[in-house]
Amino acid sequence: MGHTVCLKEKQGMPFAHPVMATLLASQLTNLSGIDILILALYFVMVLFIGFYVKGGTNTSEEFFLAGREMTAWIAGLSFVSANLGSLELMGWAGSAYQYGILATHWYWIGAIPAMLFLGIVMMPFYYISKTHSVPGYLQLRFGEGARGLAAISFAFMTILMSGVNMYAMAVVMQTVLGWNITFSIWVGAITVAIYVMLGGLRSAIINEVLQFVLIWAGAALIPILGLIEAGGWTNLKAQIAHNVGSNDYTHLWSTLGTFKGNPMGIHWTGIVFGLGAIVSFGYWTTDFLVVQRVLSAKDLRAAKMAPVIGAAFKMAVPLIVIVPGLLALAVLKNPDGSLMHLVPGDVARATGQHAYDEVLPLMLIRYCGPGLLGLGITALVAGFMSGMAGNVSAFSTVWTYDIYGAYIKKDAPDKHYVSMGRWSTVIGMLVSIGTAYLVARAGSIMDYVQALFSFFISPLFGTVILGMLWKRATKQGGFWGLLAGTVSSIAMFTYVELGGKAALAHIALSPDAQPMAENMYRALWSWLICVIVTVVVSLMTTPKPDSELDGLVYGATVIPHDGARTLFQKPIFWAGVVSVVFIGLNILFW
Amino acid sequence: MENKTAEIHHVHASIDDHDVKPKEPLSLWFFVGVLCLGYGLVLTPVGIYEFSHPPSVVLANLHAAFWWGLLMTIFGAFYTIRFRPGSGR
Repeated sequence: MGHTVCLKEKQGMPFAHPVMATLLASQLTNLSGIDILILALYFVMVLFIGFYVKGGTNTSEEFFLAGREMTAWIAGLSFVSANLGSLELMGWAGSAYQYGILATHWYWIGAIPAMLFLGIVMMPFYYISKTHSVPGYLQLRFGEGARGLAAISFAFMTILMSGVNMYAMAVVMQTVLGWNITFSIWVGAITVAIYVMLGGLRSAIINEVLQFVLIWAGAALIPILGLIEAGGWTNLKAQIAHNVGSNDYTHLWSTLGTFKGNPMGIHWTGIVFGLGAIVSFGYWTTDFLVVQRVLSAKDLRAAKMAPVIGAAFKMAVPLIVIVPGLLALAVLKNPDGSLMHLVPGDVARATGQHAYDEVLPLMLIRYCGPGLLGLGITALVAGFMSGMAGNVSAFSTVWTYDIYGAYIKKDAPDKHYVSMGRWSTVIGMLVSIGTAYLVARAGSIMDYVQALFSFFISPLFGTVILGMLWKRATKQGGFWGLLAGTVSSIAMFTYVELGGKAALAHIALSPDAQPMAENMYRALWSWLICVIVTVVVSLMTTPKPDSELDGLVYGATVIPHDGARTLFQKPIFWAGVVSVVFIGLNILFW
Repeated sequence: MENKTAEIHHVHASIDDHDVKPKEPLSLWFFVGVLCLGYGLVLTPVGIYEFSHPPSVVLANLHAAFWWGLLMTIFGAFYTIRFRPGSGR
């Protein structure tokens, strides 16, 4: 069929993997009547939720922030689920097949420290400032310039990402089940538009929690049955070592001493400082799509606990993503009984073999008959739809609050903004559909759309973190730092695109670096440039008085007590527990 | 829209951790329960049928559809009952 789809996560670069999969011309399987019934039940449920929730969605606070009444568990599951899209699941399962257990870094060091930092350090400021969005916080802290830059870039890219998700779902459905692309695009878009337009963020959050449960229900059988077939983890490691001729595929850290020592072509400094310290913090603490879920929490303690709960669940996700990819290295067989070798997308298109990114559907089909297959496919569809809903609900919030309400129509009645939120949802979905068809005509657009996110996320983290932790940061410093970081990121991206391997060697500091390393180091440099420019410009300009920074910056704010009375109610205690487990897991799989 | 003077609301931190929204008669967890129960009730009979007509998948002898369906039925029923309308949760 010739369509290409880059199976990356639905929102941003931190978790984007480098595989450009070309899905095959022949469909992998068919759904039985039972499978279709399971899929239909899901659609009935989400549409019912949309109509049901509409009754309680009358004010802007209810539409855009779910009334700020979500418990820590709901906000936390929604927070982690907003990132757990089908693109991510399929893409990173493929990466686990290609690179081994190293792919786990994007779930552990590339997520857990940042999520805990958001909950414990940053959330109090987002929450007590009562901002409606991350650009809204920038407006409070740095004024209109930084807010405008962040809001316009975020709104633009979010709506494009929704279209990318839509197209990716359609291609996967065509590849796995033979469905018509236009049918998948329109059914998915109309369903999502209905439930988000009616119920706003509340509807999106409920569906994200449902999706989280569904993904586990649909995918958990793969590692369970796979480990039974492989004879347990120890036997699996031995089989992988035998099949690939190396022990490197099952070690997290011991192979990262050199760029050449691991299949990913990355050094531990790139993982720790690029991915762990910058990319991950940028995504998890400043990307409004995920932060919006936590802003819906009912009180300060729930807002602090939600990312901690999300982090605990995030640590478990490699079980359903990475383990299936590793299992495929050991147990995935051709019909004649020989070991199946998956290949890069372009090779798959030429040879008719299966591509890396098909590993999850292939494993699903291997173990799941009628009914269970429908459950797995429903989980994938739910993941795609929730990706669209997450993007479009974040878009409608930023559009209404930070662009329309800030620059086009200020001081309108609340009802007007709710109405604008509903309309922008519908129009946003139509733009997404247009993007989906655009991507269908020129697949390379998808790569550029996804790269766009990486231009803004790391510098944005620099601006927000200095804004929260450094009283001296000024309005001019915030704006020029963000702009300089963003422009430098675009410049480095263009340099590598035009300069190839030699340019990559300069950015990643090694001639042995692979494209994956470029993202990490570009993030690191653009963040540093943002921070340096912010600091220098701030020192040259006049800061705001402390009285204007109350509720926005450490040192100028008395943070209210979160209400925790016992040890087990304290978010910091649970963050400590998650940290210990996180460290233990990294040592266990060293 | 945004208050430029950064109006600070000193948040009343509730220690009440019920997973329920006062304005919403139906809990989110009730929806989770109903969906899982529905899937369990579809999968379990399929699993029973597969005892005599095993599907052509690897490890069909483990009857995954039956056991998974049973697990989802129990999980779904528990959540449906616990968070049913009027249960006070």
